[in-house]
Order: sequence, then C-alpha cells, then structure tokens
Amino acid sequence: MTTLAAGQSGRTAVGFDVARVRADFPSLSELVHGKPLVYLDSANTSQKPAAVIQATDDYYRHANANIHRATHLLSERATALYEGARRKAAAFLNAGDDHTIVLTKGTTDGINLVASSYGRSVLQAGDEILLTWLEHHSNIVPWQLIAEQTGAAIRVVPINDAGELDQDAYAALLSERTKIVAVGHVSNALGTINPVKAMIAQAHAVGAVVLIDGAQAAPHLPIDVKDLDCDFYVLSSHKVFGPTGTGVLYGRRALLDAMPPYQGGGDMIANVTFEKTLYNQIPYKFEAGTPNIAGVAGFGAAIDYLMGIDRDAALAHEDDVLAYATARVREIPGVRIIGEARHKTGVLSFVMEGVHPHDAGTILDQQGIAVRTGQHCAQPVMDKFCIPATIRASLAIYNNREDIDALVRGLLKVQEVFS
Amino acid sequence: MSELSDLYQEVILDHNRRPHNFRVIDHASAKQEGYNPLCGDRLTLYLTLDGDVIKDAAFQGSGCAISKASASLMTDALIGRTVTEARVLFDAFHNMITSDPSGPLADVSAEAQGAKVDLGKLSVLAGVREFPTRVKCASLAWHTMKAAVEHRTDALALDAVEGPVSTE
Repeated sequence: MTTLAAGQSGRTAVGFDVARVRADFPSLSELVHGKPLVYLDSANTSQKPAAVIQATDDYYRHANANIHRATHLLSERATALYEGARRKAAAFLNAGDDHTIVLTKGTTDGINLVASSYGRSVLQAGDEILLTWLEHHSNIVPWQLIAEQTGAAIRVVPINDAGELDQDAYAALLSERTKIVAVGHVSNALGTINPVKAMIAQAHAVGAVVLIDGAQAAPHLPIDVKDLDCDFYVLSSHKVFGPTGTGVLYGRRALLDAMPPYQGGGDMIANVTFEKTLYNQIPYKFEAGTPNIAGVAGFGAAIDYLMGIDRDAALAHEDDVLAYATARVREIPGVRIIGEARHKTGVLSFVMEGVHPHDAGTILDQQGIAVRTGQHCAQPVMDKFCIPATIRASLAIYNNREDIDALVRGLLKVQEVFS
Repeated sequence: MSELSDLYQEVILDHNRRPHNFRVIDHASAKQEGYNPLCGDRLTLYLTLDGDVIKDAAFQGSGCAISKASASLMTDALIGRTVTEARVLFDAFHNMITSDPSGPLADVSAEAQGAKVDLGKLSVLAGVREFPTRVKCASLAWHTMKAAVEHRTDALALDAVEGPVSTE
C-alpha cells in the first residue's frame, strides 16, 4: 500500500525487475493505432503472461476431457489440472483446506452464490445487510435482489471526501440486526484500501457474517483469509493475470457445509432419484455443470506466476509507480484527483476541467494509451463526488514510470485538442 | 487509420463549448430523458409542437463533446421540420454514423431528399463512424428525439416509455 507522501520520497523498489516482468506479457508488445501499447486498464482486466496462455493451450492440446467423470487418461489429466488449481488457490489465500475453495465464474458469480444461497437461507424481514458507498455494482445488486425477496433492509456505510469509509459511521451502523457485511477490500473506482481486518472483527462482535470482495486487492496485496478471519472472500482470475470466466469463492467450512446448493446439475450431486437427491460434499455441491476447465488451468498457472515473484518487492514497485503517477498527474493544470485515501493501491482516478472523460479516453487511445473512462460500475461513488465519470489509470506489476510519462504526454495532447 | 481531427472537428468543439438550444422549454409538448449508462451521459430533450411541426427544440444535460455537439446540431436541425421529416433525418443520421468506415460515405443527403431533408451541418459528425466506441455518444440525442415524438403520437405507449431512453 502507498501513502500519497511517498510520491515525494522517490523511493524505488529493489529486487524487482520490471523489464523482465514486462517480457513475460506478450500483449505488452502490441502496437495500438501504430503506437506502442501503454496499458493502464488492469483494474478492468489484466494482461496475461505467456505461462498462462501456454497453460490454456496445453489443456486443449494434451488434456482436453471432462473432469471427475471418466476413467480415461485425458480426464485424469484434466482433473489433475482443475484440482491442482484449487490447491494453488487455497495456498494463494492461505485457506488451508482445499474444500473451502469453490471455483466460480468470477467475483460476480461468487457474490451471487453467497447472496442467493447463504443470504436467502438466513435473512428475514427486519434483518440488515451492510454495504458501503465504495462498492462495485456487483457487490450491490445481488444483495438488493436478496433483500427484495427476504424483506431484509440494506444499509450503506458513507465515505469521506478522500474516498475513505467513515469508520465511526460503520461502528454506529453495526447492530444485532446486521446479518451480513459485504465490503470491497480495495475500491475499483478510487483504489482505496479498506481496513477490512478491523471491520471484520467489529462485524463478528455483533454476530454478522462478512464477505470481502477481493477482486481489486488480489492483484496487488497478499491475501490471508485466516489472518483476516473473514467468512467469505471472492476474487476473479482475470484480474490476477489469469483467464476470464473463472475465479474463487473462499468460504468458512461450517458455513459452506450448511448452505444449500446455488445451482443444480451434474457434478454437484451424490445420488439422484425423483424422490430425493443427495448433494455432493463441498466444494462440489456448488460446482454444477462442466466448468471452464481451460480457464481454471490458466488460473492455476497465473497463481504459480504470482507466487513465483517477490510480491513484497512487486508491491513496493507498484507503490512507487502510483506515487509517481499521482505526483505527475496532479501537476497538470485543471486536473482534479478523485479519491485521495491515505491507503491506496493500483488506481488513479481523476477528472480534467473542460474535458469529458470519454473524449479524453478516445484521444488517449489514439496515442496507444489504454485507460478506462466512465462510472467504473460504481455509480454511487460518482454521485458522491457529483461527477458523471472519471478517467481511471490503473496499474499492475508490469507498469513502469515510462507508462506514466506517456500518460502525462497524452493528457497534455487531450488539453491541446480541447484548448 | 482514423484521425482524431476527423472526430474532433472545429465545428464539433465549438458546439461543445457553446451548445445551441441549451435551455429548458417550459410547457414543452414533449419532454424525454436520455441516458447512456456506459459513460454517464444524460440529457433531457424538450420539443414544442404545433400540429405536426416542431416549432422549438432544446436540451439540457451533461455529456461528452460528441454527445453535446450532436444534441446541439440536432436541435438546430429539428426546428421548423415536421415530425415525419425528423424521423427521416434520424434514419439518415443513423446510417451515416454506423456505415462501414472502409467504404465511401453513403450519399445520405440525396437519399433523404425525397422527404425534403438534407443532413447539411450534421455531416460534421460523419467521422464518428471511424470510432465504433463513440457511436452511442452521437446517437443518444437522436434516440431520445425518436422516443419523444413517439410519445406524443402514441398516447397508448405513454406510460410504457415514461422512463429514460437508453442507448445500451
């Protein structure tokens, strides 16, 4: 994590070779509109290292078969890849027990699973679900759907002008009525790192169960679900350098055991008759149908890739680039940074006077610079700051100070067009 | 390769800085909201109709340069036209901004002449066709207009189309 003051310290990471990391990502050599790609949209989705691309290719070439269902060699290989990725994910999150790792379609799927299965079975009229103003739509809408069906109410933790959660308001909102707290570890729109460990302890003190949306944290911060003591932790493969369409739900074993299935189908059953169906044990109970096996194989390779680098050094490098970006972009006249939390990672959101973010996005793209412009699926955050949209530059381990220099040149060009 | 200057022509930048008809019409015959959830562009379109003739057109809202310039140019073009002509203009404009950028620009003016409609100044937005991600910005005001005139002429659909128009 970084503090804004670090921008002035000029601190650089040791023990992290960004040039070597960049060489691992083939797409970073792409030309965009004839210009070298400057990829600053990793909070949207990350680029993939060659090892991940190779792993999905290898699955289709050498192991293409269904999992858990056949006695032949290819099926054995496919099952080994799939269950191997589950073990890797358990290690990645320090979950300990592989059975607490449900392979999902991604973060959105994981949240919907918990909302539908856990939420529907425990919530009653008068109960409360506590969310925050920083949440991505995918950590809002599934809870609204369940609240509508169960009569539970949704309460929302406000944020301050820096884009940090109001912790006093959080403490005040927690009560014996609070049954579920769902909060992002890191804000996708602003990059704020929330103090989730302390928030989890406070929620547990009133008997609430906590889901952490880790989609934006996992690419940057080491995650330890035991240390956090969270009940559910969800993340997406595609944000951590793996393929799209897969991800992880970690759940506390006792909770997962007690939860009803989310979807019915093959692989999630132990015995089926028309009179009564017995469900499989966890995590298979939650994995109906043939999954994205190639994606999961790639996800396993992505975890290997991440665990193979010095993550502390990588984080120090990312902090350096974010602090540098914050300082450089702030120098541009007419720019206002949105979200200046003390603890941030990976995201620089801002607006430019007289230029709509969407226009800036097109002009940057013409220079080979990929950013995201818009609401970032976080309309409440935009409403809080009374803006329709922001320009968001988001970082990953492969970005460097040269990317930021290109962004600054690009933004000056934007101002030139609109001068 | 598409050029930025094709998209951000001086006329468009002027309309962005000083949009025409950027005001509220009190007691408008038709009022319709348009919203693009992708980028947060929002506008409200007001029309004053005298029989079938659009006597006045105006808009309010926030959006990118392309959506603002498009609304500004569209309201200019609508004033004095009939609702039927406005529909023909919609089709001509939509064809222009969604045509294949590798082919020649369709002679939309000629095509629309049957209904005495000429795209005229609206053709400065032709460059949008080279920027597929921006087509919705240019078409937001137009979809909103189409909904506004349909409201008026189809009383049965009034309740059904109360909500904002979305280009998604």
